[in-house]
Amino acid sequence: MTENIGPADRAYRGVLRATGLTVLVVMGLVGLFLGFRAAQALRVAGWGFLTTEAWEPDAKVFGIATVLTGTLLIAAVAILIAVPMATGTALYISEYTSGWWKKLLITLVDLMAAVPSVVYGLWGFFLLQGHVIGLSRWISDYFGWIPFLAVEGVDPSDPLASETVYTSSTFIAGLVVAMMITPVICSVMREVFAQAPAGEREGAYALGATRWGMIRAVVLPYGRGGMIGGTMLGLGRALGETIAVYLIISPAVEIQPLILQNGANSVSALIALRYGESTPFATSALMAAGLSLFVLTLIVNFVASSFIARSRSGAASDA
Amino acid sequence: MLGESRLSDKLATLGAAAAALSFTALLYTQLTPFNGVFGFVVIAWLSFLGFYALLVSFDEDGPAVRDRVAAAVVRSMGLLLIGVLAVIVVYTVARGWKALGHKNFLFEDMKLAGPRDPLTVGGIRHAIIGTLEQIGLALVVTVPLGLGCAVFLNEIRGRFSRFVRTIAEAMTALPSIVAGLFVYAMLIMGLGFGKSGFAASVALGVMMLPIIIRAADVVLRLVPGTLKEASLALGASRWRTAWHVVLPTARSGLTTAVILGTARGVGETSPVLLTAGFTAVTNANPFSGPQVSLPLQTFEAVKSPMPDMIARGFGTAAVLMVLVVVLFVLARLAGGRAPGRLTARQQRRRMRASARDVLRFQGRRR
Repeated sequence: MTENIGPADRAYRGVLRATGLTVLVVMGLVGLFLGFRAAQALRVAGWGFLTTEAWEPDAKVFGIATVLTGTLLIAAVAILIAVPMATGTALYISEYTSGWWKKLLITLVDLMAAVPSVVYGLWGFFLLQGHVIGLSRWISDYFGWIPFLAVEGVDPSDPLASETVYTSSTFIAGLVVAMMITPVICSVMREVFAQAPAGEREGAYALGATRWGMIRAVVLPYGRGGMIGGTMLGLGRALGETIAVYLIISPAVEIQPLILQNGANSVSALIALRYGESTPFATSALMAAGLSLFVLTLIVNFVASSFIARSRSGAASDA
Repeated sequence: MLGESRLSDKLATLGAAAAALSFTALLYTQLTPFNGVFGFVVIAWLSFLGFYALLVSFDEDGPAVRDRVAAAVVRSMGLLLIGVLAVIVVYTVARGWKALGHKNFLFEDMKLAGPRDPLTVGGIRHAIIGTLEQIGLALVVTVPLGLGCAVFLNEIRGRFSRFVRTIAEAMTALPSIVAGLFVYAMLIMGLGFGKSGFAASVALGVMMLPIIIRAADVVLRLVPGTLKEASLALGASRWRTAWHVVLPTARSGLTTAVILGTARGVGETSPVLLTAGFTAVTNANPFSGPQVSLPLQTFEAVKSPMPDMIARGFGTAAVLMVLVVVLFVLARLAGGRAPGRLTARQQRRRMRASARDVLRFQGRRR
């Protein structure tokens, strides 16, 4: 729209453009600075950055193979647990409740998304870990023949074996991260479920479907895009989670594919652990690790928003 | 009627629950060497589903049995999540109660209290001050900038604003630790600032800005175009339309956006960990010297092996939780309503105002 605008409006537009530009500069600065500072380390490491397991930047031997695998494993465990829980909860809220209880549940789930990660970390470390060890042990005893569920260094037939090999594992960290991302995924899913068209719901009931039949025939297919999008959004959060993971894991120095075994690592935990190393080059290496994490979450988030945008118009949700 | 339950359903639920509990108890005490609460709950739940399906199948057909079992699974998922939230809150408060019970906990800092000192000495005043100042500083910059940018995205359409929106959305993916690392490398290593509350607030701001922009953008997009057109048609200029029509209409949603962004920022540990430094004394000046915040104090306290220090950590976490809950209640009170929807009190105020206007018009005509 072009029109003759007064000086006040011209100033107003100028101010708005300036705000937009400022935000752009701030955001761009973060990206550029990360890339610029990371370049120094990346030039030294080359492609080996992706395949080296050790992290000794001062010896010029460093790579993110260990931490990236750890991050992905923790996120995978978290997603495997969080998606069924989030789907169940979202269906419960949108299909099985109504009135004040529904409103209260929505508020509680949103509140759960805002609980600080350090609190989740405390809960996971001091309370959950003790109770999960038994489960870890049971799984590894009976399903240890599946490669990544094995635990080394224990004798399954010895009931008094030390339980420390089961602590601080990828599995426990993933479990805690799952609790953090479930509410995020749940609120996206709930919104798309609630938008399933009433006509088709009634149609399903009129054809004699039970409530579960209606959910399977109408609500779930309609909400598929949102379900995938919400899951990806949760995945993005899981990849970047720092403090809860840091509190639980005991850092592994090489790739740890056994998810029930003591020792795990993640990119963000590595940064939190090693940022104090004062040489500029070590910081540059950490920047490179941070950049790779950022690129990963960026891809995941873009995929997520494209799925969510396809499933419904306009309103995007942020936890 | 859907959703209403009959007597037989309730009886089936109760019966299956009783059977599952007895079965699991028998399994645990007599038949197998199992132990542990976790396993007990899992086995009890699975056997409950089995017994429930069996009971329902006595007088229903296949699809109905599946419906009941699915309903039971879905309900238990929902209740499980709420249960987890309750456990987290109760556990944090319970473990921190020992520390919270002492009045000095909120009004003293840790200057004179070492890790071995009892809970009657020392507290988290320095962390409370730090959190308030850091989040306040971050908000002073992010709220005008974030809301301004959201208005920009909605009012001035074009290639540039689309680009800004893409970038802002991309930045919501920025892991908070990377935001901290950025500020650490730029302000602290690059420009030579010391670790301070200010550096922490910059990191928090970088993290909160895209969250606020995105949430506010969504709210502003919902403001009806007809309202804007009506205002413009009455001859109001663009900025008057934005200031007097768009922003007031979306006020509740915008407040919610800001408060929820604040709630996320208050609880962030990792950016603060890298940028604020750590201190045991009260430092009210965010621009010089290390300044600790609530999540950071929690984090540092629980790393100590001393039980009293861990109790302090939980106490700090409980205070932090209270802060988040308060912010949340504020957000719910302030907003959650669609743009233009008024509370009862606002509606009464509008009606009184328009009644006054009517009187004024009539008075003028006479």
